[in-house]
Amino acid sequence: MNDSTSSTPPAVRATALGKSFGSGEARAEVLRGLSFKLAPGAFEAVMGASGSGKSTLLHLLAGLLAPDTGRVEIGGADLTAMSDGAATRFRRRHVGVVFQSFNLVETLDVAENVALPVRLGHGRPDEARLAALLARLGLSGKERRRPAELSGGERQRVAIARALFAEPDVLLADEPTGNLDLAASRGICALLRELHAEERSAILLVTHDPVVAAAADRVHFLKDGAIAESFDTGHDAAEISRRYLETWGPAGGDAR
Amino acid sequence: MLQILNTALVALRRNVTRSMLTMLGIVIGIAAVITMMEIGNGAAEQISSKIANMGSNVIMVRSVALQRAGVSAGAGSGITLTGADCNAILEGCPSVAAATPSVRGSSVQAIAGGENYQPEQVASGSADYFDVNEWSFEDGGPFTERDVSAAATVCVLGTTVAGALFPDGSSPVGRRIRLNNVIFTVCGVLKPKGANLMGMDQNDMVVVPWTTMRNRLARSGGTASTVSGSAAHARGDVYAAASVQLYPSRDATQTANYLMPIRFDNVNNIQCKAVSADRVDAAMEEIAALLRLRHRIPAGGEDDFELRNMSEMLEAMTSTSALMTSLLLIVALISLVVGGVGIMNIMLVSVTERTREIGLRMAVGARGRDILLQFLVESLLLCLAGGLLGIACGRATSIVVSSVKGWPVSPSAAAVAVSVAVSAAIGIGFGFYPAWRASRLDPIDALRYE
Repeated sequence: MNDSTSSTPPAVRATALGKSFGSGEARAEVLRGLSFKLAPGAFEAVMGASGSGKSTLLHLLAGLLAPDTGRVEIGGADLTAMSDGAATRFRRRHVGVVFQSFNLVETLDVAENVALPVRLGHGRPDEARLAALLARLGLSGKERRRPAELSGGERQRVAIARALFAEPDVLLADEPTGNLDLAASRGICALLRELHAEERSAILLVTHDPVVAAAADRVHFLKDGAIAESFDTGHDAAEISRRYLETWGPAGGDAR
Repeated sequence: MLQILNTALVALRRNVTRSMLTMLGIVIGIAAVITMMEIGNGAAEQISSKIANMGSNVIMVRSVALQRAGVSAGAGSGITLTGADCNAILEGCPSVAAATPSVRGSSVQAIAGGENYQPEQVASGSADYFDVNEWSFEDGGPFTERDVSAAATVCVLGTTVAGALFPDGSSPVGRRIRLNNVIFTVCGVLKPKGANLMGMDQNDMVVVPWTTMRNRLARSGGTASTVSGSAAHARGDVYAAASVQLYPSRDATQTANYLMPIRFDNVNNIQCKAVSADRVDAAMEEIAALLRLRHRIPAGGEDDFELRNMSEMLEAMTSTSALMTSLLLIVALISLVVGGVGIMNIMLVSVTERTREIGLRMAVGARGRDILLQFLVESLLLCLAGGLLGIACGRATSIVVSSVKGWPVSPSAAAVAVSVAVSAAIGIGFGFYPAWRASRLDPIDALRYE
């Protein structure tokens, strides 16, 4: 999966990423020369304690934040070299994002939310693809519902549909199950696995839940602003838990 | 664009009460503007129709005040017009249809039987007076040229005076009344006209031949007394009708001793009526040329008379009412600005409330421009809706005002167009800052916003 000699560029390549927030005493160095690669069509997860910079990494990869040092490439295109406007336009086509919650625009219905990135690019949404995707995600018949009328799991599925709609190079998901109950959370994990098989997009999950991480083929531990450990999951949540505790200790949490 | 419009509509619908309250400021402002414009226009139209009613092609010829070394001696000090001038104008100016001299009179006491009344105005003129001033008769008719040349004691009454002197409603025509101490025969009653521009009752009037006024009625003040004080026939002579001498001669001593700038058959002014409204200017030129000739004013010399027509008066009156209208408009515009500030306030609240939505939109590919446009369209819609409602309210208010208070109103397409433009401008102007703030949000901060 991590074949760097492959002729196709990786879906995501991060090189020596550095990012800090604040200044002076309050300065917090979140990422310190993080390098990372995601092959096209791969499904990997990033795990880390709270405040380890997981979300920051995701925002950098999505081009929502600019790194202090280093480069981000998506499908071979250097995101860090782009202007804000160009990065935004690029994001519409090549990057899908799913957040923990508040993924949907409340005033738009399901279909409109899914087609939002295409609309923002003044494109015409492909109605057939829209219908097929919504059907695939079990949202048929709910196209005209507003987000407020959906369950949490349904809302996340709409968000995933939106992220995948433009067939991006990579789907970035930031704790996509963080706000869901166990059943809905398992449903989303299963769905992501299925979608990974069907869609061409690579998927990068950020989570602290070993069960969710087990849906991915490979997991990376983020510690002290860099990738501390990477291994294939074998879809074994117990193994991930064990390794996680090994890395951070049973006290968990704030091992920065 | 449709998408943006739709989004804006949905956003506004989401909080209908707030949208309505926000619009209220604009509604009131625009309604005020529309009402003011309609009432102002109505007043202006009423003024022009009143002036037309006074005779729009009337030219007033007046003597100018006497000046010595640049100091004006005051109104009436240089009366140079005469009845003969009036006749000359009638004969020598083809553009003048009718002309009447007028001698100013002081107030008189009118007595008929047991009734005693003081008319507001005592006017005088020739038989043309009624034509020039566009009076018609309810009863009887005007006095004749013969009455004028004979300084006959005949008069025409306005309806108010007729009603006051003959409260039983009997016809005054042919009846005798006393004006001060002179007995007059009533020869006609005028058809009522409304109040004039100053709000004076135009029907509260007695009209007598100008010669009669000059020789029998006019007293004290002005030119009449200066001259008639030394005249053989004092005014107010009850039995004077037998031997009226229209133009008393001066004896040699008088002529030598009194260098009076006034002539004895002088009149205060001459009212002329042009044959048609578009020949008013021609008539004015003819009158000026004729009078310069008659008054022996050399080329380049200063006129001893002045000409005015009603269109000048119309302009003056209209500009007064336009001033009032624009003052009221300014007040209305202030309320519009206040409404605009309300819009800005609510849009800022809305931007804060929807920070997460803005962050999300940016995360999925909205540029700052898109966000700016979205909020601008929202505030534009809000203001335009307010503007349209305001136009409806304004129309309704002015209809109510016109039916309840009886004020004239006149709907104005320009006001509607201006209102739409102004409300759109307010929407964009006051919506810009909140929209700009929204567009400058950092997507990450916006997403984290709780």
